[in-house]
Amino acid sequence: MTTPKIQFARVSCAFVLQGQEFRAVNDLDLDIADGEIVTLVGPSGCGKSTLMNMAAGLQEPTGGTVRVDGKPVSGPGPERGVIFQQYALFPWLTVAQNVGFGLEIKGVPAQERARIVARCLDLVGLTAFADALPKTLSGGMKQRCAIARAYAVDPAVLLMDEPFGALDALTRVNMQEQLLATWARDKRTILFITHDVDEAVFLAHRVVVMAARPGRIHEIVDVDLPYPRTEDIRLSQRFQDLRNRVWHAVYHQH
Amino acid sequence: MTETAIQDDGLARRHALREREMRRKLLALNLLAAVLGLALWSLLSFIDLAGLPGPLSVASRAIQLIANGQLFVDLAASIQRVLLGFAIGTALAIPVGFLMGWYTWARGLMEPYVQFFRTIPPLALIPLAIVFLGIGEVPKVFVITLAAFLVSVISTYQGVVNVDRVLINAARVLGAGDAAVFRRVIVPASTPFILVGMRTGLGAAWSTLVAAELIAAQQGLGHRMQQAQIYYDLETIFVALITIGITGLLMDRVLLWLDQRLTVWQERR
Repeated sequence: MTTPKIQFARVSCAFVLQGQEFRAVNDLDLDIADGEIVTLVGPSGCGKSTLMNMAAGLQEPTGGTVRVDGKPVSGPGPERGVIFQQYALFPWLTVAQNVGFGLEIKGVPAQERARIVARCLDLVGLTAFADALPKTLSGGMKQRCAIARAYAVDPAVLLMDEPFGALDALTRVNMQEQLLATWARDKRTILFITHDVDEAVFLAHRVVVMAARPGRIHEIVDVDLPYPRTEDIRLSQRFQDLRNRVWHAVYHQH
Repeated sequence: MTETAIQDDGLARRHALREREMRRKLLALNLLAAVLGLALWSLLSFIDLAGLPGPLSVASRAIQLIANGQLFVDLAASIQRVLLGFAIGTALAIPVGFLMGWYTWARGLMEPYVQFFRTIPPLALIPLAIVFLGIGEVPKVFVITLAAFLVSVISTYQGVVNVDRVLINAARVLGAGDAAVFRRVIVPASTPFILVGMRTGLGAAWSTLVAAELIAAQQGLGHRMQQAQIYYDLETIFVALITIGITGLLMDRVLLWLDQRLTVWQERR
């Protein structure tokens, strides 16, 4: 068996909140294969974001190990691209400078940097806004800029924490389709948190439904729908069945 | 798929027009306020309230002081003290504020002193400054420096502490280490706070000036007023007061302009 791209091995993460221990994630095992898209859904407090932060290296597990490409995660690194719900663009940099940020940190020479930035902006359709400041962009454009910024450093995996959560329904569907179109080209491993059951099913190979107190995996739903995922698939009976199953797993856990 | 620019030219133009209209109205009201103020002043001096000099006699004294160069000598001396104190105070405050915001140990070491000295008006240190530093330029600049420092250090520190955690994380996941996070995120993100601190610091420096010039000065607007007070020369006091006000306003405008240039990226409400 090949090594999983992302592996959570008996991972726990506990906090002390007001003198009480709070188990955000408890003894969790999950393997994500190379090129796989896994979505995480579950009630608030189920540890989705904690799980992602541990993979990103922003949060240290209190037990177990998170491995990416077989190597234990210790701290953040550019091989794991993270996309935050709040976009987290640097407001003092232009769109192009934001996208080039990681490359500059890496020490990529200016000329090559400009080439990569141009390619990534083209990928998300923001070429015309290269010199705009983030404050002038709409929510969808900001998130596309954040996605381009993550792509620019060419990460092996993408960790996305409710990236489309703040967008309107139309923009959201649009962004989902773009994400899948990009994935179809590069087959990058994606771990994606969402509150939206439709989104979870539409994107994923597998939907991981989590439960809270303590944070754990409740059920894993395999999505046996083919890619590319078209509108027909979104409106199909099979999609409805799967989303109903995920819905029940999320909203009726007892 | 590219977005079409969300700019409607007609709408933008109408908006600009309305803005200009509004600014004109405000300016007219400002002028009206000035005229009314002058009228009230004239009236008060006309009924001879406590020997108050009228605008005309103050203006003629101003012309006299400009003509014989005295005003510029005083103004130059005062501005030099303020700018020197402000520059030293800010230059110290920014690194200290960064240290306090970034390192817990620095905060623990310095915060008690900063908080303690904040409760003492810098002017209260003048007697002590005279004892230790004599009556030359040093105690004057020292007191002004302290005033500017205490204001700037707090806002720089606040700026660093208030940097959005998400931005720091965003930089870290893109490969930034501590040094890069500091230089590329903390510094730009706290710039607006630093500039606010500089503006209030300049105000504090300027308002400390007059009292600082009570320390045996030979020139300076504060010294001039003190001299004028001895000779009951109210016109000269008024000229000095108005000069202080105008100069302070101009310096503040320069910093405001700088602020707007450096922080165009901010979302303003």
